[in-house]
Amino acid sequence: MGKAFRFHTDVDTDQIIASQYLLFPTIDEMKKYTFESLDPEFAAKVKPGDYVVACENFGCGSSREQAPQVLKALGVKAVIAKSFARIFYRNAINIGLPVIVCKDLYDNISDQDEMELSMKDGIITANGQTFICTSLPAKMQQILDQGGLIASLNKEV
Amino acid sequence: MGMTMAEKIIACAAGVETAKAGDIHTVELDRLMSNDGTTHLTIDMYHNLKHPSIKDTDKLVWIVDHNVPSDSPKTAASHKKMRDFAREHDITYYEGAGVCHQIMMENHVRPGELIFGADSHTCAYGALGAFGTGVGCTDYLYAMVTGSSWLLVPETLRFNLHGKLNEGVYARDVILTIIGRIGANGANYKAMEFAGEGLHALTMSDRIAICNLCVEAGAKTALMEVDDVAMDYLKEHGREPKALFTSDEDAVFAATYDIDLSEIQPIVAKPHFVDNVVPAKECLGVKIDEAFLGSCNNGRLEDLRVGASIIKGKKVKPGVRFLVVPASQSIYTEAMKEGILDTFMEAGAIVMNPNCSVCWGSCQGVIGENEVLISTGTRNFKGRAGHKDSFVYLASAATVTASAIAGEITTADLI
Repeated sequence: MGKAFRFHTDVDTDQIIASQYLLFPTIDEMKKYTFESLDPEFAAKVKPGDYVVACENFGCGSSREQAPQVLKALGVKAVIAKSFARIFYRNAINIGLPVIVCKDLYDNISDQDEMELSMKDGIITANGQTFICTSLPAKMQQILDQGGLIASLNKEV
Repeated sequence: MGMTMAEKIIACAAGVETAKAGDIHTVELDRLMSNDGTTHLTIDMYHNLKHPSIKDTDKLVWIVDHNVPSDSPKTAASHKKMRDFAREHDITYYEGAGVCHQIMMENHVRPGELIFGADSHTCAYGALGAFGTGVGCTDYLYAMVTGSSWLLVPETLRFNLHGKLNEGVYARDVILTIIGRIGANGANYKAMEFAGEGLHALTMSDRIAICNLCVEAGAKTALMEVDDVAMDYLKEHGREPKALFTSDEDAVFAATYDIDLSEIQPIVAKPHFVDNVVPAKECLGVKIDEAFLGSCNNGRLEDLRVGASIIKGKKVKPGVRFLVVPASQSIYTEAMKEGILDTFMEAGAIVMNPNCSVCWGSCQGVIGENEVLISTGTRNFKGRAGHKDSFVYLASAATVTASAIAGEITTADLI
């Protein structure tokens, strides 16, 4: 089980990690500023195995891959939203951070509720309820199964 | 069944006869642009590869524009990493020459090309009929090593432009109107294609401004048919098309919109979303602390001319900072020759070197707590221009300049 950190609709990548931290040399130096403008305590509170839950269009805006990278570096197990902006979605899969479309979870969960995602079964359990996730497109599932795009590159080249 | 422009460019890049929305294709990339926002991370990942190599160095263009000149030892270290790698691998490299998309339009983009850019506003290249799309550094690295990638063929939203813009209304107002209509995810995963006789009356500067902002509706790319205006631009800059594509008459569009340019009014996007648009007249009187004229969206000579014509003989309101940032060195030089920079400086503006400036909130001119910026930048997200509790309004060069003079949001006709 992990805790849900619940965010609103149209969470943009500037809010996930602000511009002034992007040129820091490493993701480890950036990660403590994750969601700084929305919840300055997020990086201190979130634990490996926790989840980010959001409404529509999560990750809109900039193509900065630092956005999914800081979430992964903090141990976020998956981001679950009603929908994702396309660049964030692709970046997350490429680095091996599961991004799961689930239409019903957001309206039935509160911040800090306990929840569990079974990637294998495509279901989420929270508050005694079960929610069905939308399957990843086959191509994305294949990249994720390989551990991300770089892992597949190391096999191919 | 006919094909859209997006489908044709992907089919060409995939080496297949036809492509249709929903297909996934392996494609050869024509060009790969990356800037200092993420390249230092790409380089680290490159060195961690089992077999690091670059498929075709000639495809790579690296541009330092986001934080140039560097503002801290950390930034300097990231720039040095990028500079050294580019030199070692003989990669085309610009530093301080301008904002990446402007540099690409002036020097590299050709109609019919498929281009990955490690920057979301890469969709600007559609103004020259090229399929530009923003990617992260992992996609970029994969393309750098293999010369290829995979793409889901997008559906297309078609915008037929009719009529002409009225005096005092600009391309920025057009695209903000459209984003306001379809919403911040109205084109998610889709291509936005612009056509119609209204398009032919628009300058290249207008077209770049429109295509550039399409990602703010979530678009994967933006595309415009290449006409005489685009061909003239290409010739002036010494390039030839790779291929010229237009959508077939029986191409299938996910939706079609008719836009009457003569009905567009000056628009302002209010904090904190680009689709939070209202007629500029509804924002009159909002006090500002700073105004910004620049960026890949509106830092071209045409924008500077508009601003200079409004501010000539007038002064920036005391207490307001007015930042003017030409989008490239060539624009800067031309503006200098035309006396435009003199006009801005005599009015009390701060004229700065070409870079991304406050548009991305980590270069120059960032704003403090509770401050208000009116900007020709690309985004007005919460905290985008500096402090998390600050406010960004987006508008045209004319509205921004008029507001700098008034010290509050106003339109040029009221100055």
